[in-house]
Amino acid sequence: MTDHSEIDSVTGRATTGHEWDGIKELNTPLPRWWVICFYLTIVWSIGYWIVYPAWPLISSNTTGLFGYSSRADVAVELANLEKIRGDKMAALGAASLADIEKDPALLALARAKGKTVFGDNCAPCHGSGAAGAKGFPNLNDDDWLWGGTLDQIMQTIQFGARSGHAKTHEGQMLAFGKDGVLKPDEIVTVANYVRSLSGLSTRKGYDPAKGEKIFADNCVACHGDGGKGNQELGAPNLTDKIWLYGSDEATLIETISQGRAGVMPAWEGRLDPSTIKAMAVYVHSLGGGK
Amino acid sequence: MNKTVNPKDLTSDDDVGPLYAARKKVYPQSVQGTFRRIKWGLMAFCLGVYYFLPFVRWNRGLGAPSQAVLIDLPNSRFYFFFIELWPQEVYYFTGLLIVAAVALFLMNSVGGRIWCGYLCPQTVWTDLFYAVERLIEGDRRERMKKDASTDPMKLERISEIVLKHSIWLLIAWWTGGAWVLYFNDAPTLVKELVTFQAPMIAYVWIGILTATTYVLAGYMREQVCTYMCPWPRIQAALTDEWALNVTYRYDRGEKRTSVKKAAELRALGEQVGDCVDCYQCVAVCPTGIDIRNGPQLECIQCGLCIDACDNVMAKIGRQKRLIGYDNDINIQRRQEGKAPIYRIVRPRTIAYSAIIAAVGGIMIYVLATRTLLDINVLHDRNPVAIKLSDGSIRNAYTARLLNKSGHDRVIAIDIDGPANATIHVVGADSVTPDRPMIVIPRDSTSELRLLVTAPAESNPEKSIPVHFHVTDIGLGEAASTIDNFVAP
Repeated sequence: MTDHSEIDSVTGRATTGHEWDGIKELNTPLPRWWVICFYLTIVWSIGYWIVYPAWPLISSNTTGLFGYSSRADVAVELANLEKIRGDKMAALGAASLADIEKDPALLALARAKGKTVFGDNCAPCHGSGAAGAKGFPNLNDDDWLWGGTLDQIMQTIQFGARSGHAKTHEGQMLAFGKDGVLKPDEIVTVANYVRSLSGLSTRKGYDPAKGEKIFADNCVACHGDGGKGNQELGAPNLTDKIWLYGSDEATLIETISQGRAGVMPAWEGRLDPSTIKAMAVYVHSLGGGK
Repeated sequence: MNKTVNPKDLTSDDDVGPLYAARKKVYPQSVQGTFRRIKWGLMAFCLGVYYFLPFVRWNRGLGAPSQAVLIDLPNSRFYFFFIELWPQEVYYFTGLLIVAAVALFLMNSVGGRIWCGYLCPQTVWTDLFYAVERLIEGDRRERMKKDASTDPMKLERISEIVLKHSIWLLIAWWTGGAWVLYFNDAPTLVKELVTFQAPMIAYVWIGILTATTYVLAGYMREQVCTYMCPWPRIQAALTDEWALNVTYRYDRGEKRTSVKKAAELRALGEQVGDCVDCYQCVAVCPTGIDIRNGPQLECIQCGLCIDACDNVMAKIGRQKRLIGYDNDINIQRRQEGKAPIYRIVRPRTIAYSAIIAAVGGIMIYVLATRTLLDINVLHDRNPVAIKLSDGSIRNAYTARLLNKSGHDRVIAIDIDGPANATIHVVGADSVTPDRPMIVIPRDSTSELRLLVTAPAESNPEKSIPVHFHVTDIGLGEAASTIDNFVAP
């Protein structure tokens, strides 16, 4: 090897032989302990590669000596979390619905729990903010098909609607057109009558008296006098501003002709009782609850 | 230390020189003088504050911690005498860090590395450890002799070493112990520590800090400054030609000769320097450098060489401060026969002082006008607005109420938004439906769900502002915030 080192005349120290723009680099070596630390980190990293999962293989990775995995760590953490929360969830299960809403700590817990469970189970139909969609009720508003008290909400979550559960809500909007109960022109007339109930505009030349008569003969049984609805049967209030499937004439004609029978699944058995309780409190606190 | 390599020591077949350099142990000699006294004083002050501050009490009323300085991690509170900070007020620390950084710059532009030489914990503890070492093993020469001795260890020497390390470990242990006291009620924790009831984490931290203190101050010493600390590098970029640094006045010192020879030459009317090459400045230096080589990265500017040189100058009847706080401009000026000038007040120092004053002023103002009741509101985004069955519009908000005072509050919430709009707090409906009232426990936050409903006839066309007012109905203290009311 050739000798690049030379002595810098100013400092009297050796140079590394490297030179940039006339500036030469002095050889300033590191202290021994520093270099040893550096080598130790290299040794450490080799140990790390062997002991812990590290090297990616084609379809897996080296698993390390102790079978450590971060997934197992997460599982342990989650189990611990359940244990820590056990008491609080038990308190939630023991309290009555009304008491939960009065206790700020329980309310906060129920809302937090309810929100996550809602996101996992209810959001696909009702939307992540519970704002609903066509055919799926908005849970933020104050219009309830099956009732909006805490107990009623909990009952609906537990047993669902037309879910097949023994205690489920039952109630059908009949298919007046398909089943041949009403003629097409009668359906148009009664659809316009229903629009008039909530102050919406009606078709030119429509006969209100005829509409009222058809409504009285066919619809009052479920929707009640004046179309105020009946929560026992899940029959919507036809006089308010909220429409599950839409309030335009074409939609109403379709609803009357084909009927409606949306299904809400029963959650009893799928979610534990205290979780269902938390859900009921959460939905109630969205603002629509009575 | 980077010692000058004698060209003769280099072997020609060595391509790039050694990969590492062995540490040359430094044996600083004891010295007496002005700067040593300043250093003792500051050391006593700094250590006194550090070790005893956790025991200072401060009455904050019932239920609140009575420790003057406390970092309460479990409850996310920081107490500093009359100041109590919450996590959302962490920006005070930002302000404090800015002030600290600029104060460091200011010190640096006035008197160089004052921080390094007198205040840095590394300097303070290393100095303390040196003092212990000197007390037990003797001064420089004795220590060098003892370390170099190849005689078998005598009982006396062994007991010296054991005693030294015991005292070092005791200091280190107390240092770690004082650290954890800042995170819990000090007297309680001391009792728990003694009876082994304290949480594991306390012992772990004491262990860590005992180890770092012992290793850093006992063994690493000046190497921390030279190899580990970034400040010498940054400092070099921040300093300017007016900053006063510990400087060897070579205009006065050169050329160096012995006392005897200097006297002879002076008698002949020849020009000789005051430096007598006694190497006292090197002997006392805690980083083991020769200040006469000019400004160096390793120099922490502790001023001990000034004391050492002054003592020698006094003995040989020459003027003091051959080494002193000075700068190269003055050396140049004296060589040209001009009087030296010192400029403490200059644009740089004025700018730094102004920044410190401004940031400090803002912090004091914000602290003084800090409210103990606060509300933050976040508009629900999903959905932003809801149409109700009667045609009215409702917006939902998540409100966070902060009660920073030491007592529970009953607060009422009012709004000022769309005409005839009403507010409802989920969970508070049964008591006061039109003007909801809520109890917020002392020293805590409450998250509430607020529903604001505007009747159909006052539905806004577009988004309009809505003010939320919270009022402590007992004390009248109030806070407000603003958000928007949106129509679908």
